[in-house]
This record gives sequence, C-alpha cells and structure tokens, in this order.
Amino acid sequence: MQYITLDTETDFDGWRKAARTLVLHHMAPADVTWAVQGGEAELFAPPAPSPILEVNEGTFSVSAKFIELAKAAILHRDGERFAILYRLLWRLKDNHDLIEVATDTDVALVTAMARAVHRDEHKMHAFVRFREIGRERAAHYVAWFEPEHHIVELAAPFFARRFADMPWSILTPDLCAHWDGHALSFTPGVSKNEAPSEDRLEETWRRYYASIFNPARLKVKAMQAEMPKKYWRNLPEASIIKPLIEDAERMTGAMIANAPTDPHKPQKRPEASMTRKHAANVLDALREEAAHCRACPLYKDATQTVFGEGPKSATIMLVGEQPGDKEDLAGRPFVGPAGQMLDRALEEAGVDRKKVYVTNAVKHFKFVPRGKIRLHQKPNTSEIRACRQWYEREVSVIQPDLVVAMGATAAQSVFGKITPIGKTRGRLIDLADGRKALVTVHPSYLLRLPDPEAKVQEYQRFVEDLTIAAGVQKKSAHAA
Amino acid sequence: MDVQRKLEILADAAKYDASCASSGTEKRDSSDGKGMGSTAPGMGICHSYAPDGRCISLLKVLLTNACNYDCLYCVNRASSNVPRARFTIDEVVKLTLDFYRRNYIEGLFLSSGIIRSPDYTMEQVVGVARKLREDHHFRGYIHLKTIPEADDALIAEAGKYADRLSINIEMPEATSLQQFAPEKDVRAIRRTMGRLRLKLDEAEEARRAKTRTRPHRFAPAGQSTQMIVGADSANDHTILHTSANLYGSYRLRRVYYSAFSPIPDASRALPLVRPPLLREHRLYQADWLMRFYGFDVGEIVDDSAMLPLDIDPKLAWALRHRDRFPLDVNSASREELLRVPGFGTKAVERIIATRRTTTIRLSDLARLHVPKHKALPFIVLSDHQPSPHRLDEARLIERFKPKATQLGFGF
Repeated sequence: MQYITLDTETDFDGWRKAARTLVLHHMAPADVTWAVQGGEAELFAPPAPSPILEVNEGTFSVSAKFIELAKAAILHRDGERFAILYRLLWRLKDNHDLIEVATDTDVALVTAMARAVHRDEHKMHAFVRFREIGRERAAHYVAWFEPEHHIVELAAPFFARRFADMPWSILTPDLCAHWDGHALSFTPGVSKNEAPSEDRLEETWRRYYASIFNPARLKVKAMQAEMPKKYWRNLPEASIIKPLIEDAERMTGAMIANAPTDPHKPQKRPEASMTRKHAANVLDALREEAAHCRACPLYKDATQTVFGEGPKSATIMLVGEQPGDKEDLAGRPFVGPAGQMLDRALEEAGVDRKKVYVTNAVKHFKFVPRGKIRLHQKPNTSEIRACRQWYEREVSVIQPDLVVAMGATAAQSVFGKITPIGKTRGRLIDLADGRKALVTVHPSYLLRLPDPEAKVQEYQRFVEDLTIAAGVQKKSAHAA
Repeated sequence: MDVQRKLEILADAAKYDASCASSGTEKRDSSDGKGMGSTAPGMGICHSYAPDGRCISLLKVLLTNACNYDCLYCVNRASSNVPRARFTIDEVVKLTLDFYRRNYIEGLFLSSGIIRSPDYTMEQVVGVARKLREDHHFRGYIHLKTIPEADDALIAEAGKYADRLSINIEMPEATSLQQFAPEKDVRAIRRTMGRLRLKLDEAEEARRAKTRTRPHRFAPAGQSTQMIVGADSANDHTILHTSANLYGSYRLRRVYYSAFSPIPDASRALPLVRPPLLREHRLYQADWLMRFYGFDVGEIVDDSAMLPLDIDPKLAWALRHRDRFPLDVNSASREELLRVPGFGTKAVERIIATRRTTTIRLSDLARLHVPKHKALPFIVLSDHQPSPHRLDEARLIERFKPKATQLGFGF
C-alpha cells in the first residue's frame, strides 16, 4: 500500500506529481491511499508517510481534456476524488480515447464532479453580496459566502478583474480571498461573525427585487431550481421571498377583478414631428405613396418598399428584378454586391452613373428565411403585374430616352409580357411610347456563375450591352 | 419623490420586458485599473431569481414611465392611471454603480416611455450609457432599448456604448399592432431593425478584417426583440412565422415571447386572464427547434394552427412522422439524432463522441442525460428494440401526456 499526502485540499500540482510517479511505478489504484495534510487521519495509516517513490525514467501523456477535467474535479468536496481521478488516469494511459466515452462510469463520475464544481463557481460569481465598510475613498467591500466545494481560489480572479478599483474581501469557512487593488491574497477561513451584517443599499435592492417580480407569473419551483435554498441565508433579498409568494395570489386576483378606471387626463397625442413629411416634389410624392403599397402580399415579410433612385433629369433608366437582402435593409436599390458589379460595369462602359435612374420591376424583396439568412425567391407574374404601376409612373415622371431591362423579370415589366433575354439582348428596341429599350442580363446572374472563365466572358458581354446605353446617353446629352 | 420610490415605480414599469440576458458580448474587464466592471465570458450571470422564476441579471428600469403613446397592452400607456416618475440621468448612473459594486447585477437594461419625440427620448437613454462609459469607465453590460425612427447618429452612439440593442415588435401581426398600439408603426420598427443589422454587419466585417485601427464598435451582443403572446388572436403558426422572418432578416440573437399578463389598471379591450405560461413555454421550445435543431416553421406547426399544450413540439412532430422511426442511435446522422424526442444538442454531441469508441446501450441513457421514457419508443440500441407495434399504436401519445390528477373529494 502506498500512502500519499497532499499539501492542501486543492493541491492539483501535488496530485499530478504523485500520480505521475505512481503510474510510472505501475502502482495499481487499489494499492494507493490518498490524504490531505492535517485532514482526518486514515484509520490504518502508517505513523509516517511512505517514502516518496523515486521518479522512473520514461514518460506517458494524457489528453488536455483530462487535465482540464481533473483540475476542476479535484476541487470537489468528495473525499474520494483523488482516488477516482487516479483510477481514471490509470485506465487512460493505455486507452486515450476513453475520455470521450461519456457512458463510462469513471468518465461520467469525473465529468459530473467537474460540472458540480463549475456550477458552484458560477453560483459564487452570482450570489456573493458585498457589504460596504466605511464610505467613499476609505470604503472596503466585504462578503460572506459558503461555497459547496473548494472553489475560492478558482472563483477569486473573476472578482479581481471585475472590481479592480475597489479593495474587497470574500470571507468563507474554508479560505478567505482579498484584493487590495493590486494583488490577490488568501488567508485561512473564518466564521460568519467576522463579516459585516448589513449594507445601506440592501433595502433599496429589496425594493427593486419586489418591484421587478411579476406576481401574475408565480413559478416558485423554477426559481428554486436556479437559486436553491442553501444560498438564501446569505442573500439580502431572500428575506422577502416568502411574503412575496404569499401575497402573489391576492395581487393577481385584484388586478383581474378590478375594473379599469377612467383615465385622469386626456390622452396625449404624439407630436407633429412624427407625422408624415410633405413631399417636396412629384418623385418624392410617388416614393411616399409607394412606401404604403399593398398591391401584392410581398410587403408583409419585407422590411420596406425599395423605390427607384436617381435624378429626375436622367436620360437612362435601369430596371432590375427586385431588391435583395441589403437593399431591403437599406431601403435603396443596388447597394448590395450586384449593385457594386453594376457600378463597375457602368463605369467601364462609359455610362455616367450620375445621370442614370435605377429601379426594380418589383419593389419588395421576395424571400424565404433559412435560419440566419434569407433566400431570394423569383417574383411571379402576378407580383410583377401588381408592381408594374410603379414602374409606369416612374417612367412618366423621369421620361427617359432609354430603358435598360436587366434580366427576365425586368424585361417582363418593361415589355408587359414574358420576353426571353437571349433573343432580344444587345440591341435597341422601339417601345410603343417612342422610347428605346435595351435588354441585358441581371448583374446578380454574373455573380452566380460558378465557372470563372464564363464569368469573365459574360461580364464582357454585359459591359458591351451597356456600351450601347452609353452611346444613347451621349446622343441625348448632345441633343439637349 | 425619493429615489427608492422612483425605483419601485420604474422597475414595476419595466418588468413586462422579458429579456434580462447579459450573455454573448465581447470580453472586457477592469484589470487596467481604470473604472469598474467586466463581462462574463460566454454565458451571462443571473445574480438572483424572482419568485416568477425569472432571472435577475440587470438593473431593468425605465428612465420614465410617462409616455405619449397609448398602447392598450402596456402598463405605461398614456391613459393608464399608474403613478408616474422620472429618473434623472445621474440617479440611474448612481444606482447602477451602487448595485454593481455590491455584485447585485451584471449591468443595466434601460428603456423609456416616449416623451416629447423619439430623438429626445433616445438622446436621454443614450445619455445614461454615455455617462457610465465615458465618465465612470463602467465595463459592465448595458442593454438599451432603441426608439424606432430615432436619428441615425443617436443609434450609432447607442451601439457604441451598449452591448445589446433591442426594439420590440410587440405583436405578431401588423394588423394587431395597428389595433392595440395605433401610434406604433410596424414599418418604422422593421426599418430600424434593418438599420441596426446593417450597422451590426459593418462592425462585424471590420472586426474580421483585422486592421490595425480599432474597429468602430457596435452592440457586440447584437439585437433582440419581444412579442406579446395572448393579447391578440394570432395563432402559433403566425407567431413562429414572424419569428423566423425576424431571425432571417435582422439576425436577431433572440426573440422573446411574453405571455400577456394582467396589469394594474388594465384596458377593457384586452383579455384579463391568467397569462398563458404553458403556451409561452411551448413557443420557446419551438423557437429552439428552429434555431438549433434544423426545423422549419412548417414542420413544427401547420398553417394557422396552434402548438399542442400537452406535449412538446418535437415529440408532436415525431408522433406525426412515425415512419422515420425507430432510429438506430449507433448509426444515425447528427441531423436525425437531433430529431429524436428527448435528445438535446449536448446529448447528441456526447452520443457522437461516445459511439466512435463503443456502442451505446440501454443502461447508458442516464449517463448521456437522455430521458428514457420519452426516447425509448423512437430508438434502437444494441440491446433495445422497441416493439414493432408500439410506433403504430394510436394510443402511443397517451404515454407522454401528463398524468391526469384526480380532483379529489374534498370535504
């Protein structure tokens, strides 16, 4: 039998060193007894600890996951923890994967211990209540806490990082932690009498606790699951839990039974600043009207109507399919990735972007949500038709010389019927109202092309199409 | 009026906002010796729990409960007779710091009734956060309510100081918002959520770009919203459809569901009954299924239908899709395992790690933290095969319903 005595209850380094030596000496877990200096004496312990085994040559490794678990589990109050950890280590040395087997008895046991320790640490972070001694600059903050496991050293750095600017002490029966504004220190445990018994803010805190509680939703079990009674004796707010519960029924009943009273004062109305602004011109008026459009159901799920944008004097009108994700959020057309590609192509084609009006055939974003993103959906014919009035009214205000339809949806809107792109693209077409039309692809089509070579080719064609528009623009400028 | 009385009024006015989260933000502390506070890595910290079972993590108050609006469901509506109060900016700052120093709270959740104008109100709310951060170097958590239609510069400043921003959508449908909160405009709410997302995306991209200049900060804990359940007639499908839309459109961290609960001096127009807490719970479960278990709204609940109250939504789905079961736990994919009743995301991870080395048996379920009773009819283990008739039984559902209790013969 090998007897090992560790320096303290939380002596992980001592345990690690001893366990390592024991494994290298092939000492089976059944032949090792663990104790802590000054702890309860082992019934059959020898008068003096057995001589420390000499460290053997040779080495073995364990997974980081085990070390992490062991560091936490060793803080558990269970007296068997050193032996259980050694047993698991003993089994791990020949079977590294064992640590991943959640169903193994030892792994489950150690995992549960580590979890209990972390929960206790978390609860300490939550339920420590500081009480102020002295005021202002001379103030010192002292708390009394009774941890379930040996977690004071584990939990203390959190308070040092959080309350760096104030001196504090956390007193517990096991160990006390102190922070002087520069360094953490630890002293032996004390009794509760050493801690202050009240604080000037506690009555205010209790009032807050009582007021934030909704008596109509009494769920005492849910409260106790997260804040077990064992913590209550050190929580200043716990003294009013019972009266609050007892009064909850009556208060809820009263709220339901009491007839609503008549208001004391006439209801205030929101100020004028919230009413709609008057439109400055005909285009803004149109935009404002479209903001409330409900001609098809797409308005329901979208953020807002995305109306066209550009100068009233524009000679070219670019028509896309519909706003995308980004356009829907920003409320402006062609601000997303397709818009950036369009800008680049316009510049290469020699089109003056400042003299172009851009809009979409459909003015609400059509999509289906997929988790955190929205998948674009093609608008159907009835949606395109419902939205066409806005396109027509934009044309009648802008009076462009040329309308460029980008993609099939735009073409359907511009020509009033389904129009295949392949047969019509790249040449000027006369419209019934005397205007010209030009058909090309939608820039987002270029973005979707998987083959980089095809992408370059298609982009070139797109720029070529837009060059025709640039020609029209120059002619218009000349004529003006 | 003294600060304690104001606190009572303004906390009472704030308690119908369900959110109290202090999680998911950036790592911060005060170890540089300047100021006070830190954020909890990963999950937030609940410093107390009220007897309603809700976590108390933040000092949750209104700056004022005076309000221009007359939203019927709201305790602070203009026509209500509740007592009114207004904090000064300094009062909120002092309360926050005093509570924080004693470790009562993780930080502040500040909202406000709409007074004067949206911009004025937002400026007051931002003023508190500015003072906490700039003058007191407060590093704790701050959640600010965003006022729809507030100026873009104010929103940018709110995001600079706050960890989280939120705007409540209030009602699952635009029509009921119009009916119950005539001054609120669902379009304005959504436009502002959209503005927030653009700013969140921008800050995120800047963080990823890893430039030398410190990226401009915007609400690292994202945005959230709240919907009131049970005040209007919206069904659960409508509610979840709205949630899915909000998650997809604005990348919300959370949609909170708040069972409409009786309030002091309530409006005649609303159902004054006990809050539908079980329904609220089922909606949260369904919400989790959408976010972490790969379910679509349409799978969870049919068009214009309600979630069952007696069994949870995943079990209800499994009972409707018995042809997909029983599933062999030792070979099924992660996606399939996530759909087994009683299997949580963590249990699934444990199963996948464990079965690489060994096979899973009946006696292992407890160590995997899987409720046996719920899962057994749907799974195959190396030493368990559910009876072939069991899954076809019409009465299978009875197994899962809560036991009926005899009302007793009290006398």
